Amino acid sequence: MTMSLIDIRNISVGFTGKSGATLPVLRNIDLTVQAGESIGIVGESGSGKSTLALAAMGYLKRGLRLMEGSVAFQGQDMFACTRTELEKIRGGELALIPQNSGQSLTPTLRIGAQLIEALRLHSDVAESQYPDKAIELLGQVRLPDPAAIMTRFPHELSGGQQQRAAIAMALAGEPTALLLDEPTTGLDVTTQAHILELLRDIARDRGMATVYVSHDLGAIARVCDRVMVMYAGEVVLEGSTRQVLKAPIHPYARGLLASIPRLSDPRLPVALDGRPPAPGGAGQGCSFVDRCALAQEGCRTMRPDLERQPSGETVRCFHHKDAYQLSLTGSGAIPASLDGSAQTALHLDHLAISYNRPGLFDKFLGRDVAGVPTVDGIEITISKGETLGLVGESGSGKSTILKAIAGLLPPSGGKITLAGGEVLATEVERRSPDHLRKIQLIFQNPDDSLNPRQTIAQILEQPLKLYFGLTGDALYQRSSDILDRVRLGAHYLDRLPSQLSGGEKQRVAIARAFAAEPELVLCDEVTSALDVSVQAAVLDLLNDLKAKQGTTYVFVSHDLAVVRALSDRVAVLYQGRLCELGLSADVYGTPSHPYTEVLLGAVLEPDPDTAPTLSADDVVELSPPARGCPFQRRCPRKIGAICDTDAPPWQNGALGHSIRCHYSIQDLEALQREVTKEQIT
Amino acid sequence: MTITSAPPQNTRFMRALSVLRDVVSRPSGAIGLFLVVFHVVLALVSPWIVPYDYKAMNSAMMLTGPEAMHWLGTDHLGRDVLTRVLLGGREALLVTGIATPIAVTWGGFVGILFGLIGGRVDEVLMRVVDAFLSLPWILKMLVLIVTFGTGIEVLIPTLAFFYGIPVIRIARAATHDVVARDFVSAARARGHSRMTIIRHELLPNVLDTLMVEGAMRWSWMLLAFSSLSFLGFGVSPPTADWGLMIADARGFMSFAPWGVLGPVIALSSLIIGINLTADALAKALGIDRAQKAPV
Repeated sequence: MTMSLIDIRNISVGFTGKSGATLPVLRNIDLTVQAGESIGIVGESGSGKSTLALAAMGYLKRGLRLMEGSVAFQGQDMFACTRTELEKIRGGELALIPQNSGQSLTPTLRIGAQLIEALRLHSDVAESQYPDKAIELLGQVRLPDPAAIMTRFPHELSGGQQQRAAIAMALAGEPTALLLDEPTTGLDVTTQAHILELLRDIARDRGMATVYVSHDLGAIARVCDRVMVMYAGEVVLEGSTRQVLKAPIHPYARGLLASIPRLSDPRLPVALDGRPPAPGGAGQGCSFVDRCALAQEGCRTMRPDLERQPSGETVRCFHHKDAYQLSLTGSGAIPASLDGSAQTALHLDHLAISYNRPGLFDKFLGRDVAGVPTVDGIEITISKGETLGLVGESGSGKSTILKAIAGLLPPSGGKITLAGGEVLATEVERRSPDHLRKIQLIFQNPDDSLNPRQTIAQILEQPLKLYFGLTGDALYQRSSDILDRVRLGAHYLDRLPSQLSGGEKQRVAIARAFAAEPELVLCDEVTSALDVSVQAAVLDLLNDLKAKQGTTYVFVSHDLAVVRALSDRVAVLYQGRLCELGLSADVYGTPSHPYTEVLLGAVLEPDPDTAPTLSADDVVELSPPARGCPFQRRCPRKIGAICDTDAPPWQNGALGHSIRCHYSIQDLEALQREVTKEQIT
Repeated sequence: MTITSAPPQNTRFMRALSVLRDVVSRPSGAIGLFLVVFHVVLALVSPWIVPYDYKAMNSAMMLTGPEAMHWLGTDHLGRDVLTRVLLGGREALLVTGIATPIAVTWGGFVGILFGLIGGRVDEVLMRVVDAFLSLPWILKMLVLIVTFGTGIEVLIPTLAFFYGIPVIRIARAATHDVVARDFVSAARARGHSRMTIIRHELLPNVLDTLMVEGAMRWSWMLLAFSSLSFLGFGVSPPTADWGLMIADARGFMSFAPWGVLGPVIALSSLIIGINLTADALAKALGIDRAQKAPV
């Protein structure tokens, strides 16, 4: 009889609530993983997917307890193991790469020391062989110059390199199964694609089973054979990756897929309304009933069982035969676009920003420490009512430019002008109240941008009092009007941010920005802290507000598909320099700048039939080169010495599409068409 | 996306109530709060419940041990120790009760301001604060008291001034954590004035730390006040005061220990009570005092 590697039988995990009742976080979950298999566990935050992965290691977070069921690894009951037995299994045969593994490396120990420790605890390698084995492991995770990496501290490595080092540590114990909790969250697109390819190859070479826990269906599509979709602590759908991502038969899975913006589709994704029940809050019926388009009366009173289908999937839905009726693609609105005759809303005139400022001592010695500015030569005109998307990897200067426009970071060169050539003061303290009101900023994470000690009413009052001097009833009236506009009711006014869900908090942040009746709204990664279904709702809201009020947006994101869904025009940045600028259809089509090509190639679509094209190394550059093209060191289409010495000229195409490259637009197009042809044949 | 749950409520009051409930539910909080409340109530009502006149001397009853007439015995002038212990905290509680809020207010404000300004100005000013903190407190206090006298009108401002300085450090450190957050950037980008940012954005987030710090400062200040009295720079005789009583009775400690024990137990129980309450309060508010600078 062949035994499953990991065998989870009917486990339920719960905690004791305030009322004394036991609230389940996981409900009756079965999961078997065979040797060499790759399984994806997907779901939104709070769905219990990380708890399940930890339970597979025989571990439960404080306060949680096993209510029923069993977890076996190679036939051994993990919850019956003694401490010493567990210590032997964990990190050895069964390894975990935790979420944000960069932070799980010990900051005061060199990578080499940490790897050797892992080898000592979990491998049979002879002690004299530790350094050689460690270097070999670092080579296997494709880190350049492994011997040098051994002597580095974690903070000296980039995010992708830290992730590779964490993988090397997990491999030290020769695991037969590897659990990965959000392995690529927080990494740049190119790094993410490289790490996933690496994990795929390693798993295949070693015959190692992998369990991926992720909210990112694109990543799952690339690496998993089977996918399990979780919702409110239970499995709602399980099947092969193709079945789950191409034709899912559960309404939640369909809604989730429809809410993902895709590169191939310029339309806005469809939001999945409502939110999942709180842990233990699911009633006696189906847990998805409140958000389900197919829900009927019976769904409220009876909980559907997991049913195996003839086609191989298991699904928890009474009406799965009708699920095909629900659309899988964005049938959402085409983003509102601008009319041709638009006036200028904002002009960035050779904007340069430098973080290195000369200190007193440097001034005294007459030293020039400024060096190469972080952001340089940004020349963009934004028209009224337009949405300009700014994309690029981390460190590309996108947020820096927004901060400069908002006045929080004075530029070191160039100027910012408003409609009619009015020059905007560089520092926020010197701006006129009118200028301040016209430009509003929305931040990435509403947990950080909303004061936790203010009620929603107090948060909204701030701009209303400051810009319009409202008081009393007028203030209250306007606050509740604004909440209505972001589709929240006046009953939210007395609440604190901690009493709201992530999506609701971001709506409040949006409401606060729109309370100022702004002309220009700067959005800094506004959806990246949110779940996909919530992200779709926020994008829809932003688009709706723009259509109603004619607001101009500058929309910054690392997610190319999100930018595509909302933007009229897109600017691509690398190392604080513009690479490409044009209408979004042009930027996302051919020809494009070699950097845009690399970025677009690395995007993972939630579709098992697509594969990323990895054409450039995922090295992270810390500062732009002093001369020549900013992308010279990573460019897969580098011409030669000219790229190192001369700054590339702007190559202008039709409809304002410009690419900054030594190749002409025609040459780029010819080169890139060739690649596409190769892929087809 | 409309959710109907959690009816509107007076959130600030509810929070204060839940924090209080949390403090009382901890053993340290319950004991501490009991001791503090006991002492404060005693200080308020003691003039009406004491058995004797605190300054009535009795040459026939000098240094008698505890007995039915004098539960805690008498001192070297034949005064009832119990009476004097019951009354002995009044001055201390009055002075420190006024000086503590002043110290926390001014120290807190300056600390928040330094934290908000940041950069080089903040660094330089903090080194000045550090230099000040490195001097022994008693030396600084004595200089002022010797110059200006020992009345309450001198002691309150002196204590408030010196005990506000360490509060600057704590408030600044707490502010640094808050200033880096986006809601402060958001307020700056909207164009709010520095004062508005302090009042609406920073203060509410630093207040918890200041409250715990205030409780700690109060206990330190009580100790300082009693020390001054002990040295003869605080309350002047014949007023009943714990510090002064310990000073007077310590010469007879070997054969009449009750004269020292009474005030010592009273003073330490109050200070222990305040510290226990501060600990429980810190835990209830989620502040890790172990990580803050121990100044």
